[in-house]
Amino acid sequence: MKRRGFLAVSLLMVPLRGKTQANAHVSTTDPLVVAITKGKDVIPGKVKLELPALAVNGHSVAMTVKVDSPMTGAEHVRAVHLISEKNPVREMATFYLGPHSGRAEVGSRIRLNGTQRMTAIAELSDGTFWSDQVAVEVREAACTDGG
Amino acid sequence: MRLFAVLLFAAANAFGQPRSGLDYASEEIRRLQASDAENPGMLWVDRGAALFAQHCASCHRPAAMKGVATRYPRVVDGKVVNLEAKVQHNGPRFAYESQELLSLTAYVAHQSRGLPFAQEVFPKQVENGKREYYRRRGQMNLSCAHCHEANPGKKLGSENLSQGQPNGYPTYRLEWQTLGSLHRRLRACMYGLHAELPAHGSDLLLDLELFLAARARGLPVEAPAVRR
Amino acid sequence: MALARIQVPKEAKRGELVEVRIVIQHPMETGFRRDADGKRVARNAIHSLACRYNGAEVFRATLSTGIAANPFLRFFLRAGESGDLDFWWLDDDENEGTARARLVVA
Repeated sequence: MKRRGFLAVSLLMVPLRGKTQANAHVSTTDPLVVAITKGKDVIPGKVKLELPALAVNGHSVAMTVKVDSPMTGAEHVRAVHLISEKNPVREMATFYLGPHSGRAEVGSRIRLNGTQRMTAIAELSDGTFWSDQVAVEVREAACTDGG
Repeated sequence: MRLFAVLLFAAANAFGQPRSGLDYASEEIRRLQASDAENPGMLWVDRGAALFAQHCASCHRPAAMKGVATRYPRVVDGKVVNLEAKVQHNGPRFAYESQELLSLTAYVAHQSRGLPFAQEVFPKQVENGKREYYRRRGQMNLSCAHCHEANPGKKLGSENLSQGQPNGYPTYRLEWQTLGSLHRRLRACMYGLHAELPAHGSDLLLDLELFLAARARGLPVEAPAVRR
Repeated sequence: MALARIQVPKEAKRGELVEVRIVIQHPMETGFRRDADGKRVARNAIHSLACRYNGAEVFRATLSTGIAANPFLRFFLRAGESGDLDFWWLDDDENEGTARARLVVA
């Protein structure tokens, strides 16, 4: 609970002005983001993260992530990272793509440990990082049945 | 006898037409169930096909499995027999919720997908289950009817209450993160009521299953269904 | 051995975008769940997955417990020659899984 609280606060911290571009999605001091970007700017845009506004159960939530990219040898998406705000394990997945992919679109089903925001960060072939973020309200079973 | 059956049917469907749980489910769950490529329950159907070939094919033809699930639960020599018990017969005795029994029942039930469920009526034996359905139980002191007959369509917490129909079992339940039997689901409800849990395959659950089937008569078999 | 279902179009034209779908039977245990006796169920999730098409890698993923049980993945590739789509994955318990589907290209 403490750790989650700390991470939530760090995610909500206002990014430093001047040196880095302000990004509503990611905090430049979030260690998970820094591990991915090595401190480079993350620009909001190009990425479209699709999740239901309301998930009936957090055990399985349909997700699609798309990146606007021609997916040519010269210009393509190298990887897409999915980050959770409140899951005990915040790094959810990384999908590695390339020109052979033809389209930068990946679908999956994810687990969401309660209502939270999900962030997708795409790494492009030119070394830039782009992001999108979606808030999902996650509902629980009325009666949990102990299995 | 006939009048009795008609009255029983009328009483069992006091709210009108039986409606599948799918009617109360989210768009995503409906989409998942309709997609054989994405419905996780199909993994058990695939495994069931392999197990069928291994354990059952010496006596049973796969093609003959079509329609079988519409005839269970049924009464045989005064005892209620459901699909799980039927699959357990003669062959290896796979336990409830084992991967083997889930896979085989998923496979067999799936062969009847789309066919009308519970075509046969057992008016005398169904009385036991009916009694249990309307009996209050547990610390919550509620019966099945309190939610599933009096309040389908309304919210329990954040969930939409359904009519509690059994036509989609075995079902992939998101809450379980796996496929499960009807008996598991009934036990889960009773757990929520803080009631003592009857054992899988117990007479109480079998009686309930028979009554639920009568109540669901005409709904299509949906196995493997997807529910939250 | 984990079972999988792979879905590709029946046939594709050369150069066409092909949608590939796979669902793998795997509990993706988080390590936080408790069993009926109250004991913690150990973490075991698929952490690496790759797909090769005619021997060349077309998709790779690092997964974690944040991916739902019985993991589902959907991605795209460009149809080239007719050939096999070979999936491989590895979980925390060092169990390897494989699955194959044939892509027919006109």
